[in-house]
Amino acid sequence: MPLALRVAQSLSEAAGILAADSRTTLLSGGTLVMRDVNEGRLIEGTLLRVTDPAWRQIQVSGTRIELGAGATMAAILAHRELAFLHPAARAVGGPAIRNMATIGGNLFAETPYGDFAVALLALDAQVMVLAGYGSPRAVPIEEFLAGRARGEARLVASVQFNRPVAPGDFRFLKVSRVKPKGLSVLTIATHLPGSTSRIGQARVAYGAMAPLPVRARGVERALEGKALDAGGIAAARAAALEGTQPATDAIASDWYRREVLPVHLGRLLAGQS
Amino acid sequence: MAKVPVQFRLNGSDRAAFADPADNLLTVLRRGLNDFGPKYGCGQGTCGTCSVLVDGELRLACLTLAASCEGASIETVSGMADGPNLHPLQQAFMEHFAAQCGFCTPGMLTAAKALLARNPNPSRDEIIDGIAGNICRCTGYEPIIAAIESVARGAAAGQRR
Amino acid sequence: MMEFRKDLFSNERDDDLNVVGKGVQRQDAPGHVTGRSPFFDDHAFEGLLHLKVVRSPHPHARIRRIDISAAERAPGVKRILRGADVPVNRNTLLSLINFGKDDEPTLAVDKVRYIGEPIVAIIAESEAQALAARALVRLEYEPLPAVFDVEEALKPGAPVINDIYPGNYFEYHEKYDHQKLRFGDVERGFAMADHIVEDRYQMSPIEHAPTETNGSIAAPEQNDRFVVHSCAQGLFFSLGTAAKIVNLDSNRLHFIGGTVGGGFGGKVDSLTEPLSILGAMMTGRPVRYVLDREEEMLYGSPRGAERIYIKDGIARDGRILARQIRSYFDAGAYTRLSSYAAIKCTAHLPGPYTIPNVASDIYVAYTNRCPSTAMRGFGITAVDFALEVHMDKGAEACGLDPMEFRILNAYRDGDMKAHRRVAKNTALIECVQVAAEKARWPISDEARRQSSLTGGGGARAEIPATPIDENGRINRPETRGGRPTQTLPAGTMRIPLTKQPIMEGSTENRPKAPAVPQYEPYRPAAAAPPPPAPAYTPPPPSAPPPAPAPAAAPSASPAPASQHGAHRFSSVFGTRRR
Repeated sequence: MPLALRVAQSLSEAAGILAADSRTTLLSGGTLVMRDVNEGRLIEGTLLRVTDPAWRQIQVSGTRIELGAGATMAAILAHRELAFLHPAARAVGGPAIRNMATIGGNLFAETPYGDFAVALLALDAQVMVLAGYGSPRAVPIEEFLAGRARGEARLVASVQFNRPVAPGDFRFLKVSRVKPKGLSVLTIATHLPGSTSRIGQARVAYGAMAPLPVRARGVERALEGKALDAGGIAAARAAALEGTQPATDAIASDWYRREVLPVHLGRLLAGQS
Repeated sequence: MAKVPVQFRLNGSDRAAFADPADNLLTVLRRGLNDFGPKYGCGQGTCGTCSVLVDGELRLACLTLAASCEGASIETVSGMADGPNLHPLQQAFMEHFAAQCGFCTPGMLTAAKALLARNPNPSRDEIIDGIAGNICRCTGYEPIIAAIESVARGAAAGQRR
Repeated sequence: MMEFRKDLFSNERDDDLNVVGKGVQRQDAPGHVTGRSPFFDDHAFEGLLHLKVVRSPHPHARIRRIDISAAERAPGVKRILRGADVPVNRNTLLSLINFGKDDEPTLAVDKVRYIGEPIVAIIAESEAQALAARALVRLEYEPLPAVFDVEEALKPGAPVINDIYPGNYFEYHEKYDHQKLRFGDVERGFAMADHIVEDRYQMSPIEHAPTETNGSIAAPEQNDRFVVHSCAQGLFFSLGTAAKIVNLDSNRLHFIGGTVGGGFGGKVDSLTEPLSILGAMMTGRPVRYVLDREEEMLYGSPRGAERIYIKDGIARDGRILARQIRSYFDAGAYTRLSSYAAIKCTAHLPGPYTIPNVASDIYVAYTNRCPSTAMRGFGITAVDFALEVHMDKGAEACGLDPMEFRILNAYRDGDMKAHRRVAKNTALIECVQVAAEKARWPISDEARRQSSLTGGGGARAEIPATPIDENGRINRPETRGGRPTQTLPAGTMRIPLTKQPIMEGSTENRPKAPAVPQYEPYRPAAAAPPPPAPAYTPPPPSAPPPAPAPAAAPSASPAPASQHGAHRFSSVFGTRRR
């Protein structure tokens, strides 16, 4: 039977529909789901639209930031207080895609897509998920991504994280062959509190260096307590490949990705990107 | 099979069509309403040749659920000229040889129009970013960038036709 | 910006061009900028049906069973086509000019030979319904060993890929397994050389990636005809191909096209037209068959990958004395236009250089890859890349500047090419001079004084004695590498054909047989005639190549030669010097 369409006025209604029917697919910005429809991979079941305006809200209160899962990359780019996230939002597609692609959708985008999720991983975001009726539950993003890999489908209401203290603490780099817009050879996001003096609680995340966005724990350890000087950067570069398992795809070979990752990481940390 | 009605304004006129629930906007524009301006190039958000404006915002028609456009105002390249008078971007694309095979041109013009609407005086880099979602396989982009630049500079100098 | 170097060959043309060098508006521009140019898919039809195909997931497999019963019952499905429904389910594109054997089915019947090969076509009321029904077709396969490497494919005992060509190579004139070029004796040339430079070049397949994917719409028209809106780059080529496959007289097909959303050679294969027409014939309704982007990228024919081996023998002073080329064109599973690519390649060798001893063997090999086809200079571009990289290596081997090395070896008017045709309208020397100037790459004054118009001919126009194989025939794969047995005497322009065409209007209904050369027994003698003297002496070898000059080098202004002034019309090049 052909695909059906349902519309949910509220997030909780959407969560209920999704919980009741496993053949329902949530349609957010459309950039992933409509492609599957167009290419004949998604041919039956129900598409679910959510019209709840709360789903698209962006809230910035003090140090805490909450991005509705339905907020688009363009909405982030239009938000002055989110300037530190603009490089990550701009990394997603051209202007038309950025007007459509959402924060929530990016969490489900498979490698080498999903650049914004790499930024969220470095920011230690909490993913607010709804399972059936009830209020959202906070899931650490690493746990969320691991669940996605296991095929768990949950309705994401929003993502929450703390704003980096200094603007320079958060850095983002997407390396692509086609410029300015191309698929990711690799993506690096770093959140380095204390980057102007001694780094503490470093979080570094990679995209396209593993089946899922992954943390670079070796780099995080190498930078702990260090300054972003030549010595600190050299230590980070030396640990860059720990935990990576890049794929060979149409964009780059696994060998190439491993070769260039330390170089780009070094440049990003040195502020040369 | 149950078709669903969808109504919107298309290039200033009220239009309605019956569509499958999961139909994308491109299918409804082309096969439902015979607006063959926007093209199918990939169906996956890579090429940009189906670019249209939905309530003034640049969108890819192939990835937009038609049903989500209910009540919206949609602009395509087919409505870009003012009667027999070409839009300055159309004129500039002709003068700069920015259209070769012509297949990316509708999307390219639409993306350029969206860019100039939000940024009337873009830098060269901003023009490149503005058409970053639109693939041209013929020109190498330089004539297209030059055409958009000429309109932007003309507008900035108050010389809009 | 474009620059016209009218100082070059200025005495050889009238400088009265009306269009070249001037901006002229394209006549299709208004349609393009208003979105009104009619591409094949920009046509409305009441009752339009949509066709999607089931493709092979295996590179090589026997088809055990095709079950369409569930798909036939799916909503919106109007008709399902299999190989048996295609009137002439075996074709090769160049059969229209009687070249090659029919080897490719429109819909695979018993075997599939590449991933993506079409097997079943589904025609439904909407694209979504065709896609949904496509998932209901049940196929059973028996996977067969696959071959992906051109040289592996040509080895004895390799799995047979294309049953029409059981040796896994295209057969030229049903007897030759490759295209062969022989001019002089490369073995002698190598024996005399001071440097031997040898290398292997491997190209990748390249997808044209036009923004408009391949597609067509066919619809019943008045007068018992079918109208076909097509993306074909060669509309009448496609018409002829489609007419043959659907077995209709060509005057019953009304092809409309010419507005193509990018082709670059990838829209000459008639990938969709036959099934669209067949669908319209079977259903009596308009049928639209458009490749989606994934199909275009993975299964639309690419430029074929080529493997090229080059061996050069070079004298100490920089002259190339011998060049040997062996190349394998990866046709994929079916011929399409690869057979033609190898001919073009052979016609292009050894590149724009005057080399007294040349040998080349160009094979077209079948593999379990997507069939390859035309793309922008196919057969030429790849081998040119290999040749020019090899020229740089040759220059390095004898310590010459790469620009000087090219000018030294460039062909000149009056030289004999390896195909036994006299070179004319040559311009490589001037091209290199201008390139050096633009790149601010210093070259010697002597190199700057060289000209394509002078220094050619004479000893450089002679046809050397040429060793050939038994009867001028090409060895079969099992005896490849056999030694030459005979020599074609110096000065032989052509080997006579055993058959001659019957010429209309000739008195005895047959042309005059050309003079038959007498073959001589091959003597692998070491005492070889000296090669022609170099056209000029490049500067003495210097170890590092010179660095680009900081300022603009003086402009090259080759002295025009007064003896070349006559005009001659060529359908390809227009009026130019003799």
